[in-house]
Amino acid sequence: MNVRVRRAPSARPEARTRPAERVPLALVLGVWAVLLVVVMTFGVGVGSVGLSPPAVWHVVADGIAGHPENTVAGIIVWQIRLPRVLLAAVVGAALTTAGAVVQVLVRNALADPFLLGVSSGASVGATAVLLLGVFASLGVWAISAGSILGAMAAMAAVFAVSRSGRGLAPTQLILCGVVMSALFESVTSYLIFRGNPQATQSVLFWLMGSFGLASWNQLPIPAVALLAAMIYLMAKAPALNALAMGADPAASLGVDVRRMRRNLFVVTSLMAGVAVAVSGVIGFVGLVVPHIVRLAVGSDHRRVLPTGVLFGAAFMVLGDLLARTIVSPQEMPIGVITAFIGAPTLIVLIRRRRYLYGATQ
Amino acid sequence: MSLRLDHLSVDIAGKRIVTDVSVAAENGRFTGLLGPNGSGKSTILKTIYRVHKPAAGRLLLDGADLLALPARDAARRIAVVAQETTSEFDFSVREMVMIGRTPYKRAFGADSEADHAAVGQAIQRVGCGHLTSRSFNTLSGGEKQLVLVARALAQGADHLILDEPTNHLDVRHQVEILEVVAGLGVTVLAALHDLSLAALFCDPVYILAAGQIVLGGPPASVLTEQTIRHAYGADVLVVPHPDTGQPHLIPRRARPGGAAEHPSLDIRDTNIPASPKET
Repeated sequence: MNVRVRRAPSARPEARTRPAERVPLALVLGVWAVLLVVVMTFGVGVGSVGLSPPAVWHVVADGIAGHPENTVAGIIVWQIRLPRVLLAAVVGAALTTAGAVVQVLVRNALADPFLLGVSSGASVGATAVLLLGVFASLGVWAISAGSILGAMAAMAAVFAVSRSGRGLAPTQLILCGVVMSALFESVTSYLIFRGNPQATQSVLFWLMGSFGLASWNQLPIPAVALLAAMIYLMAKAPALNALAMGADPAASLGVDVRRMRRNLFVVTSLMAGVAVAVSGVIGFVGLVVPHIVRLAVGSDHRRVLPTGVLFGAAFMVLGDLLARTIVSPQEMPIGVITAFIGAPTLIVLIRRRRYLYGATQ
Repeated sequence: MSLRLDHLSVDIAGKRIVTDVSVAAENGRFTGLLGPNGSGKSTILKTIYRVHKPAAGRLLLDGADLLALPARDAARRIAVVAQETTSEFDFSVREMVMIGRTPYKRAFGADSEADHAAVGQAIQRVGCGHLTSRSFNTLSGGEKQLVLVARALAQGADHLILDEPTNHLDVRHQVEILEVVAGLGVTVLAALHDLSLAALFCDPVYILAAGQIVLGGPPASVLTEQTIRHAYGADVLVVPHPDTGQPHLIPRRARPGGAAEHPSLDIRDTNIPASPKET
């Protein structure tokens, strides 16, 4: 994934003041937007009833125009596959963004959006819904409600215990996140241990992540969360770059480090929490995709964040496509797929060049 | 252009680290802040750039309360070069210098013409133009410090705080970094480890011990054997630098068997029989 352009040494020294080392962002975003559309078209077209790309777009165009086709293909695309693909895209983008930001927040390349206890908290909530029938009156929304509440509770708990005199210090944040995650996971295990075997099956499936229950209703909340988070993060991208230098350098550059960390914590936890609520715990995306993006476009977050949204979305749509086709007619949990793709990809990237937290030679 | 610490005290975790320190970094001067490890040098500097809050006393920028300024405005006046840091993230040298423009960035603002101009100028003044397309993490320690000085310059500040910027550098780069900074014409407040190096570049110097100022003034009057013994608890020899006449410190071995214990090699002894003119 070598996208850097090597320039011939310039004869005139003043020519060096041009910012020309990186590929222009517009080009990167253009290419990835096209790829995302292609991947999404395939995501909608491939399945038990196959559709050609033109047919897919025909159905989508009709749907957008307000009169969805009443054919089998039309219903499959509009009611089932399209919301599923869109949800996968939104969740992939949200997890990637959250991962990229958490890595800056704790200044650690091994951080992922679930480091701060969000996923384990959500698991407790979802498990309680599935096994104990909590929120049964909410019907199909019960799992989402349970996992959101669990995620928020975990977030508040981690935030409370990791606060110190100097705000959310990275090491403390990591340790508290890991410890609280372990605690919440043991609560989940306890609930599973006490629950009945049939319900346990669905808990395990949920824990590994799936877009199998996707519907149009589920889309707005994660989409709005992603949009709001991206607006905030893009506005604060220069401060995010400064924070990547460390807390003290950021302070010397005029960044209010305490407030910035608190806001980043809330923004990433919300994004990860909402993602988990609609699709379960999908690992590896928030860890691997930000790395690949940094290798491709550098670490300037004005470049990393928008590229990550497109790449993360495409990665997740592709993962979901594999999850429902590899062992068709059965469905694989997508967490299995993302780990199978993500782990080797990262290892190849690490081994191919000297690699340290996105640093390249 | 002046930065004054007026009876500054700083507490960290309820413990007083800096007590009643008054230091003046005057217009265009290279002011040195010296003292043993843990004497509070870094704490004082970090209080200036808002990592710590003063428990008492004031920070005055051109006579006005520095902490009353919004953080962004303060960062446009005071830039910091600290010890060589490793960034975990891959930034090119140019991007690194551009980060110095952070206090000028508006929400969603792309790099403006003014940003590019300031970055280009900073790179030129420091003389690191040959590095711009390198990845910061692949630079040597000395090159990294040069780039961080460029970043501080791009910040457009007329005050520069140095927190032991020459640590881990070889002798050439130690001198090079300080020479570049001294040639900028900005007001400098520098915490330095190497007292001889400080004597070459700084005037005045302040010596701290246990969070308090022991002595401040021109290097020749501050860097004496008695003051060093008092502040550091170390025996050194102070000789005039052959070029500048500023004090130069020569460490001595503390344990028996060291050179100083050997009569024929004791510099004091060889100096005692003074030349006939002086008798």
